[in-house]
Amino acid sequence: MSFLSLTSIKKSFGPVHVVHDFNMDIEKGEFVSFLGPSGCGKTTVLRMIAGFESPTSGKIVINGRDQNSLKPNQRNIGMVFQAYALFPNMNVHDNVAFGLKVAGTDKSETDARVKQMLGLIKLEHLADRFPYQLSGGQQQRVALARAIAVKPQVLLLDEPLSALDAKIRVSLREEIRQIQQQLGITTVFVTHDQEEALSISDRIVVMNAGRADQIGTPFEIYNTPSTRFVASFVGTLSIIEGKVADPAAGAVTIGNQQIALKDPIAGMKGGDSISLALRPEAGSIAEGAKGDTALAGEVVSTSFLGSVIRTRLRVGGDVISFDMFNNPGVAPPVSGDNVTLRFAAKDLLVIRE
Amino acid sequence: MKKIWAWGALVFGLLYFTLPLIGMTNFSLKMRRGEYSFDAYQKVFADPRFQETFTYSVMQALFTILFGVLLVVPTAYWVRLKLPRLRPVIEFITLLPLVIPAIVIVFGYIRLYNTSSWLPLTGSLTGTNILLMFGYATLALPYMYRAVDTGLRTIDVATLTEAAQSLGAGWATILAKIILPNVLVAVLSGAFLTFAIVIGEFTMAALLNRPAFGPYMQLLGANRAYEPAALAVIAFGITWGCLGLIQLVSRFQKSAPPKA
Repeated sequence: MSFLSLTSIKKSFGPVHVVHDFNMDIEKGEFVSFLGPSGCGKTTVLRMIAGFESPTSGKIVINGRDQNSLKPNQRNIGMVFQAYALFPNMNVHDNVAFGLKVAGTDKSETDARVKQMLGLIKLEHLADRFPYQLSGGQQQRVALARAIAVKPQVLLLDEPLSALDAKIRVSLREEIRQIQQQLGITTVFVTHDQEEALSISDRIVVMNAGRADQIGTPFEIYNTPSTRFVASFVGTLSIIEGKVADPAAGAVTIGNQQIALKDPIAGMKGGDSISLALRPEAGSIAEGAKGDTALAGEVVSTSFLGSVIRTRLRVGGDVISFDMFNNPGVAPPVSGDNVTLRFAAKDLLVIRE
Repeated sequence: MKKIWAWGALVFGLLYFTLPLIGMTNFSLKMRRGEYSFDAYQKVFADPRFQETFTYSVMQALFTILFGVLLVVPTAYWVRLKLPRLRPVIEFITLLPLVIPAIVIVFGYIRLYNTSSWLPLTGSLTGTNILLMFGYATLALPYMYRAVDTGLRTIDVATLTEAAQSLGAGWATILAKIILPNVLVAVLSGAFLTFAIVIGEFTMAALLNRPAFGPYMQLLGANRAYEPAALAVIAFGITWGCLGLIQLVSRFQKSAPPKA
């Protein structure tokens, strides 16, 4: 039986349905990210786990215990907020000690635990500082220490890195993951940043309009998106529209060119519209590039991104993006060039709506 | 040219405000014929009625502040957290004491809580004292509510509440350990304003026949020449002292400066 179980969760605010029939089982010690754009319902699901919102219907169970009837302060859940939410009237030590004091832990044990937590986030030397005397990154680390000091059943992270600058975000997310693995805390992380989700999660739930479009490991989500939304939201997959020419042979017509997919196309007949996706790193226009499939097209634009060069190629009515490593000896293509993009048929994904 | 008018307006305003005060202070020091002295002040301080009424009003002020804090802080907090749509209604209600004269309020009290009513508060001294304290709390409500509400605006009430809840805290702990300490400066501002109002209030105390400082000032003013002026200067001193304390405690805030 899973440690955290969300069954048929629905949430409506008046006539607006924010979460539709959300189901998810999370194992103990797992790090799961809810990924999606603003307004997709990811934070609402998190807040329902925390008890700040009540599901309109459905069941939340943690460690075999039904949580629906429990108040937020009875759930033993640690939460880290985007806005840090450190108590301004308390110093770092007192912030971290707050939950322990509320639980009635004796002073010596509280002090030892606070020391341990501050050691974990490497901020022992700032124990006497007040929140306004800390940087954003330091405040969020204190918020993390405060949340885990009470040994919560589940740790909830509500876009904890969004208010930080890029460099701090990367280092702090690695720190969060390291601490989570070290302590083995079951963690739910909400983010709209796909790179964040891909880099630290055991599993990702891609949410769209209140539904879980796909649940899978970062590898699965990135490499085999199951819906058009997941394909477009995660990574920079190019969507190519075509027509099925011969389902049995996996033949598809794109513009006036025909290619063959790796497998026969199930459930479709000749003339049906089909959406295919291609990752930017799957194709190449270099001389002697490998690949059993080719599409000719015209270069629309080229962007120099440092280590890679991203080229946008018009094929039929669609634009395909692909990346190639920067090679100082080879000039990048320019707009208007006619080139042939080669890739393996296995890299072409069939996208369902 | 514009600057001259601005300075002129400022000087006029200052003179308009300070000249009567200077005149009154000057008069209060002229009890002894032909020389300045503090005789009037000495007489006031030596008067047992002054000590009695001042002590009574100070005690009333302290209880009013306590009651006001217990009433206003949870109310303003709850309105901000759970009933933001009701804020204009609550603000309107808290402003009513400014437009309803104190005499109307106290007549209402006397009518509602007289000895033949179901709650005969005016039937005993303690009951009347409690009634007067409620009356003072009503008069101070616009100032106390605004001060606390402004204080609450400077903190993220909802997120701090949720953070405390997620750490196991109940409502009482959240109010006592998180909300109140973070709006303490605002509460103290409201408290000092309440203190100043209670010390100078006349109508309610007189009509409820309680030995407060306001009626004592009026009584003295009707029967003496120099002492009322001295008493007025003392009352001003108390009010300004309160305003000075508001400024002082604002500097002791340990948390972050308020958000713009």
